[in-house]
Amino acid sequence: MQTITREQLLDKAVSLLSDGTVQAVLGWQKGEFDYDITPAVFETEDALKKNFVWNDFCGANFSKYLIERTKKIEGKILVFLKPCDTYSFNQLLTEHRFDRDKVYAVGIPCDGMIDIALVKAACGDAISSIDTSADTIQVETLYDGAKTVDKASVLAERCVVCKSKKHVAYDELLGEDGEVLDNNRFDEVARLEAMSADERFAFWQNELSRCIRCNACRDVCPACTCEKCVFGNPESGVENKAVSDSFEEKMFHIIRAFHVAGRCTDCGECSRVCPQNIPLHLLNRKFIKDINAFYGDYQAGAEVGSRAPLVDYTTEDLEPGEVFDRGGQDA
Amino acid sequence: MQRVGVFVCWCGSNIAGTVDVQAVSEALKNEPGVVFSANYQYMCSQAGQDMIKQAIIEHKLTGIVVCSCSPRMHEATFRKTAQAAGINPYMVEIANIREQCSWVHKEMEIGTEKAIILGRAAIAKVNLNAPLTPGESPVTKRALVIGGGIAGIQTALDIADAGFCVDIVEKKPTIGGKMAQLDKTFPTLDCAACILTPKMVDVAQHEKIRIFSYSEVEEVGGFVGNFDVKIRKHARYVNEDICTGCGDCVSKCPMKKVPNEFNLGMDNRSAIYIPFAQAVPKVATIDPNACNMIKNGKCGLCARVCAAGAIDYTQQDEIIEEKYGAIVVATGFNPISMDQFDEFAYNQSKDVITSLEFERLTNAAGPSAGKLLRPSDGKHPQTIVFVQCVGSRCDACAEKGKEYCSKICCMYTAKHAMLTRDKYPDTDVYVFYIDVRTPGKNFDEFYRRAVEEYGVHYIKGMVGKVTPQGDKLKVQASDLLANKQLHIDADLVVLAAAIEPDASARPLATMLTASMDTNDFFTEAHPKLRPVESPTAGVFLSGACQGPKDIPETVSQAGAAAAKVIGLLAKDKLQGNPCVASANEMMCNGCSSCERVCPYGAITYENKEFRMPNRTTAIRRVASVNPAVCQGCGACTVACPSGAMDLRGFANKQIMAEVDAICK
Repeated sequence: MQTITREQLLDKAVSLLSDGTVQAVLGWQKGEFDYDITPAVFETEDALKKNFVWNDFCGANFSKYLIERTKKIEGKILVFLKPCDTYSFNQLLTEHRFDRDKVYAVGIPCDGMIDIALVKAACGDAISSIDTSADTIQVETLYDGAKTVDKASVLAERCVVCKSKKHVAYDELLGEDGEVLDNNRFDEVARLEAMSADERFAFWQNELSRCIRCNACRDVCPACTCEKCVFGNPESGVENKAVSDSFEEKMFHIIRAFHVAGRCTDCGECSRVCPQNIPLHLLNRKFIKDINAFYGDYQAGAEVGSRAPLVDYTTEDLEPGEVFDRGGQDA
Repeated sequence: MQRVGVFVCWCGSNIAGTVDVQAVSEALKNEPGVVFSANYQYMCSQAGQDMIKQAIIEHKLTGIVVCSCSPRMHEATFRKTAQAAGINPYMVEIANIREQCSWVHKEMEIGTEKAIILGRAAIAKVNLNAPLTPGESPVTKRALVIGGGIAGIQTALDIADAGFCVDIVEKKPTIGGKMAQLDKTFPTLDCAACILTPKMVDVAQHEKIRIFSYSEVEEVGGFVGNFDVKIRKHARYVNEDICTGCGDCVSKCPMKKVPNEFNLGMDNRSAIYIPFAQAVPKVATIDPNACNMIKNGKCGLCARVCAAGAIDYTQQDEIIEEKYGAIVVATGFNPISMDQFDEFAYNQSKDVITSLEFERLTNAAGPSAGKLLRPSDGKHPQTIVFVQCVGSRCDACAEKGKEYCSKICCMYTAKHAMLTRDKYPDTDVYVFYIDVRTPGKNFDEFYRRAVEEYGVHYIKGMVGKVTPQGDKLKVQASDLLANKQLHIDADLVVLAAAIEPDASARPLATMLTASMDTNDFFTEAHPKLRPVESPTAGVFLSGACQGPKDIPETVSQAGAAAAKVIGLLAKDKLQGNPCVASANEMMCNGCSSCERVCPYGAITYENKEFRMPNRTTAIRRVASVNPAVCQGCGACTVACPSGAMDLRGFANKQIMAEVDAICK
């Protein structure tokens, strides 16, 4: 369950829409299944009341939607931002990707989102209904009957290691603001670093070989906002390559990780949307860990206009040789 | 499709000695686009260039690849050749098969194989080359000289005499530099002040020269012909325009215990001071770290005695912004610190001094009014030991000292020894040396006079240890020629400390994007053929900032740097480099990554209207590059996440084609 209720969000949305502050609302609505929540744009009070959803499956980060939506609207659009979403929001502003004046941002608290894959693993695949109104989740399945599962045990990995309950951007805040958390999100990266090069290669080979190049990770990623993606650009030489060999599947993800390095806020959307459950966020998190180690702690999106270490030069910067000495030879 | 000609140079035996040039030109004949391939002994010679021109015309070539030395050497030469034969100069590619091939390989087989691969890469690139036309930019007819020592003074005078405006920035309160501290100058023994101070006056009185003393360069932007420089003029708490340099304030200042930098701390000065009598500008400066009025508001005596009313305790640093067409670096040198050389007891005894301190001791304006007296007890020293190469010519792996020869020490030590014997014939003078190096005009004669006429004891060998004992300095040394240990009871030991570039040089090099060597000496564009130019266009080098130099050498280099500056400032327009970045607006998403990494501020953004599907339009923020400001460094092309930025002449596609050709 979430501390803040659907009714509170709905009241806010309806009042802002009806007093003309905003012309549209970016929110969540039900998809094919109860747990299959999808982003939607609401333009009327009726549509909001009928379809607006807020529950433990509202993981989608709306920041990226603002790029297109703000172009299509005359006035303002209301967007609900969970703490982690606000980092992407700021990062996109840093990159001048949307007009801040066209957005009314409402910060909302978040108690962590559920990873449905974990629920399915615990309760069976064929879920007919799911009730998350309490911290013990009630699950009805077609073949395995009714089950219960603790929310804490099925929390998405990115929420278990949540980096911040603090909103770094908003026009208005609903509920309480939290703190930046000192979590252990780099533990898994450290585990991979501790592997031998061969073991690590085998790990990624195993993970990335499942990739079907659906491009969902790229499409959802708030850092992937190029007008024309290199993977869609015939000039680039890496255009739309189907996964024809093991090199190309890795190439796609590694190039993507390089492209978002220093701009990735670690929102974790890439792994959330991956239909093959590839832990793609670990590639990005490795970059973040290295950037922190080489140039001092840096959180992309923590403030608008901050100069990211990779596009900034200071005389104190590490020399490349030093990077090599710090373990580059093994990596 | 291009029609490519390949020209393989032997460079005499430089290339042909390690590369089978015939095999290279044969192999490259079959590369895509190649219609002509030949080799010749000296491609850069008249005959070689004619061969290229003829081939361009005869075979209707559209692009050429010259397999020769580094493009830094002859790219410009071959571009001119191509242009003379009617093709665009940027249709020329150089495969460096000398520095990157024949000079680093010993075996013919390996050298030949690599030369073919390098040639193949250049051919792959030239196939994707497009003709480029350089733009033009105006030239600001004003030069900046950084450093007001003899190097800076001479450069400024020469430029100003040619009719161009020059500004000198000197961080000390006066110009003059190290030469102003010297007593006499070798090999003619004229007094340094007598030949320097008239030049300082010339500078001060020259209508084309402005002196910013007590000032430092804070920021450098722009590019050759159009540098934007910010100069910080430190507050000297004295109005320069009013101060007459009478010195009343100096004599009345109660704070008289400040170590005098000009005499290397061997005597004291007051908190308000004029560094020396012939200072230019001759105005007083308040040392804010010593002045009671500035530190805690008590005193104010100097303001009361100043008849001109020049004292201003509230003065602030001033930032001066000026445009320059050329910048000359003349930041000079300093003797290294003797802290690491404990064996010579420099920090234990006042009577162990450096040569520059000796220079002050013998100078009539020095702390002892020119009498050679021991700093410890003011007695006349009877036995003086000079130690050469202290910190010079050290082992590369030694933890202290410099690997290079400081060049000036042999001569000034001979001068010191000779003058001492001349003035005080009762003193015993020893000089310990590794080698005596005197290869200048009249230099060896000078040194021999010291030995033969003045009876200076030159001993080949190094001093191992100096131990102060009572009022003597026990010097333990070896005489390598006699193969014996020596013990000398000396009254004074003089260390010929190595010299190093001034500490301000490194941060300045960063500001100027000029390169330096590992010793922090500025690197010249070519050690033999372009010795006074930095590889950064519009930045020139004068004096010891480029390497150890004596005064005659410094002055001739200063003149050479001035000549280069005059040549630049005499032009009304400079041809730009057409190899600049440009943004593909259809791909640019306006994220500002490129703007942030651009060291030249060449990138700006504009909101542009674009046609979108279904007859709609959208406003998008896109980057645009100012080609006059862009220096083609390529930082933006790698920072651009979308691949919208590309460099003309070095497009991503061209680089990839080269890589592919090498990996084929």
